Amino acid sequence: MSNTQLTPGVVAGRLEADDYARNFGDISPRLEPHEARVAADRCYFCHDAPCMTACPTSIDIPLFIRQISTGTAEAAAKTIFSQNILGGMCARVCPTEQLCEEACVRETAEGKPVEIGRLQRYATDSLMEKGVHPFTRAKSSGKRVAVVGAGPAGLSAAHRLAMKGHEVVIYDARPKAGGLNEYGIASYKAPGKFAADEVAWLLKIGGIRVENGKSLGNGLTLDGLKKDHDAVVLAVGLGGVNALRADGEALANVVNAVDFIADLRQQPDKSKLNIGRDVVVIGGGMTAVDAAVQSRLLGAENVTIAYRRGREKMSASTDEQDHATGVGVRILHNVAPVRVLGQGAAQEVEFAYTEDEPGGLKLSSETFRLKADQVMKAIGQTLTGAPDGLKIEGAKIAVTGAGRTSVPGVWAAGDCASGGEDLTVTAVAEGRDAAEDIHNSLMGVAG
Amino acid sequence: MANLTTNFIGIKSPNPFWLASAPPTDKKYNVERAYEAGWGGVVWKTLGSEGPPVVNVSGPRYGAIWGADRRLLGLNNIELITDRPLQVNLDEIKEVKRKWRDRALIISLMVPCDEESWKAILKRIEDTEADGVELNFGCPHGMAERGMGSAVGQVPEYIEMVTRWVKQYSRMPCIVKLTPNITDVRKPAEAAKRGGADAVSLINTINSITSVNLDSFSPEPMIDGKGTHGGYCGPAVKPIALNMVAEIARAEATRGLPISGIGGITTWRDAAEFMALGAGNVQVCTAAMTYGFKVVQEMISGLSQYMDEKGMSSTAELVGKAVPNVTDWQFLNLNYVTKAVIDQDACIKCGRCYAACEDTSHQAIDMSADRTFTVKEEECVACNLCIDVCPVTDCITMRELPLGEMDKRTGRKVGSYANWTTHPNNPGAKAAE
Repeated sequence: MSNTQLTPGVVAGRLEADDYARNFGDISPRLEPHEARVAADRCYFCHDAPCMTACPTSIDIPLFIRQISTGTAEAAAKTIFSQNILGGMCARVCPTEQLCEEACVRETAEGKPVEIGRLQRYATDSLMEKGVHPFTRAKSSGKRVAVVGAGPAGLSAAHRLAMKGHEVVIYDARPKAGGLNEYGIASYKAPGKFAADEVAWLLKIGGIRVENGKSLGNGLTLDGLKKDHDAVVLAVGLGGVNALRADGEALANVVNAVDFIADLRQQPDKSKLNIGRDVVVIGGGMTAVDAAVQSRLLGAENVTIAYRRGREKMSASTDEQDHATGVGVRILHNVAPVRVLGQGAAQEVEFAYTEDEPGGLKLSSETFRLKADQVMKAIGQTLTGAPDGLKIEGAKIAVTGAGRTSVPGVWAAGDCASGGEDLTVTAVAEGRDAAEDIHNSLMGVAG
Repeated sequence: MANLTTNFIGIKSPNPFWLASAPPTDKKYNVERAYEAGWGGVVWKTLGSEGPPVVNVSGPRYGAIWGADRRLLGLNNIELITDRPLQVNLDEIKEVKRKWRDRALIISLMVPCDEESWKAILKRIEDTEADGVELNFGCPHGMAERGMGSAVGQVPEYIEMVTRWVKQYSRMPCIVKLTPNITDVRKPAEAAKRGGADAVSLINTINSITSVNLDSFSPEPMIDGKGTHGGYCGPAVKPIALNMVAEIARAEATRGLPISGIGGITTWRDAAEFMALGAGNVQVCTAAMTYGFKVVQEMISGLSQYMDEKGMSSTAELVGKAVPNVTDWQFLNLNYVTKAVIDQDACIKCGRCYAACEDTSHQAIDMSADRTFTVKEEECVACNLCIDVCPVTDCITMRELPLGEMDKRTGRKVGSYANWTTHPNNPGAKAAE
């Protein structure tokens, strides 16, 4: 490769092969057995543990850690999976510093929580690498349920429904199942084909058929699904991307961060990926951080995250922000893009300083420009293609209780549904709870 | 700096830390290195009678239990007495003693329970210039099957008889090492005293199986699929040893009998506790086997600092200082009332005190929706379990109710000292005089 970090434009192969291997290897490898025992010993086995309360899926964390400490990681894994069938992925991608580990009393005591996320991975990997699926299906109920979307919410719902004895079909628009686990996670958090392996492992429960390349409006209608099934779960995620609404957005090399991340995940040879020399990422969430960090890891010389509000408003966790700055990403706060400049392709972004006032964000007249041969938009995703007739609330499918939509027989879960944070673990919880509700409803159990 | 020099039954050493009779003291090479590291004395690993040396197993001799980070908490062994020829040991002892005049060197002995055997071995060691002998009546494994070690130590009459022989045929100071594998340690101590012992040392190791291999179903340590009970030692046995030392120190019949304290001593603090309960010096093995000879340096500096802080200039001031405070249950003050107090600033809200009290004690801790834990004084019996399970030092403390304050649990005001002997519920109570 003749390209380097200094090569102008958007090109591939800026780094040596070793660099790619190092940059996209496992960022937080699995604990060794002795490390796990030592880490597990730090758990106080709290009464009514705060970590468990903080977990959206309510995993019995003290119990699974105790099971690790007594040398039964497989039992620990079953404790995890009984609450969160995607506990393997969640162990890798959960912002634990904002959830269980933030609530850990060791965090209060010494600013150093029990490493719950890493212990969870130790347990789940131990069982999954043996290829053991720890659950079996109940007797067939004769009921059929359609799940639209094979992301975390859809998979979680499907698994729980299958376990209860129902026949499940999952439809997904993409060629592979997994949703954001497959297409939307930073590569170094789940290297290799973990997401695909996890789906295959989950499907071992049986009773679930996955049909790819199908979505609402593309081969499926809600009415059709309702007619052929006893219940429908919509777990379609957020398919759209918010526009910049700034001049120059249509220039070449102005891309959606989610597409960049998805391409990156699907490309096993990272040296084939194009990346700019000067990359500007607009946004303040996890997507912005994942895009910016991976831009640096692909060899971009300068990477800047530009966020229109202050640091405290960024939805990316402090740990994520620190990770970004640690790999050399610069984070600018209180700046908003005014326009993208360039001849055919992006060359610069012009920003205005902002002031976050009670009446809303105000742009100052003072502007500046950043060199940018690649601009990534990470300013939020939106619900697209929601079927007519469903009540929408705050740009999401309105739900009550455990994911019940305004249409009888139709449930919604995950990012597309109202309520809850847009986190993998929240999606898993919502999918699971919708499945339980569907089961009770189909089987006539008071819910 | 405090003077750590000790004079134990006439045997002087620069500090009270001796290495116990065990593998660390089985040869000149080890003993000299121990002295170099700073140990005040050693008890040379037990010598047996002249003749073919004993044979040890060639599989594992030790079994262990660990904390999570493999911190060694307890160790057991099935090793026998020295397996080196008697003359080799005697020559080395003599050589070492001549070179290290300021250090204590005691010879541990174990021979068959007959007068001739003891007479013979005492004659053989006469020439070594060692400072004293320790009679190994403690080893619970192997040798006990041959009528030695704890087989002698479990029969007070034998202890008295052998001790008498030793005092008869030797002018050396004599320490009798006691086994804890008995019901009342005072009896063998009394027997040793009757036989003329200059001191007792305790405890030897405790009969034990450290673990069971759940794949091969054999006890550990395992020799070719089988295991046998071994002698347990290390930090885990310290509380048992402390009690036995205290019982001898405070008993009428043995009061004043010098004691060499042994049992899980790992730090200066452990040593100081044994000494406060009456031990004139201490012997250490497992700590050295775990960390090497250098550990003694922490023991020396720690004990010195402690004694300086307490204004003690010699170890004699520490020895026995806690003995008057060891008493029988019946004399404890039943009017001493305390209540647990939780420091809300220090509390990390783990809820362990709550779980312990609610599930297993007196339901005396209240838990609010926001995880604030408070003591219900009307239920608290001051059992201390909350403090014992709390992970934060000094987060929960016991407040002593002053005389006259109402105990909300009993509805009675705290009175002055009164114990069970005069309590109205005691059928055998004597009227207060």
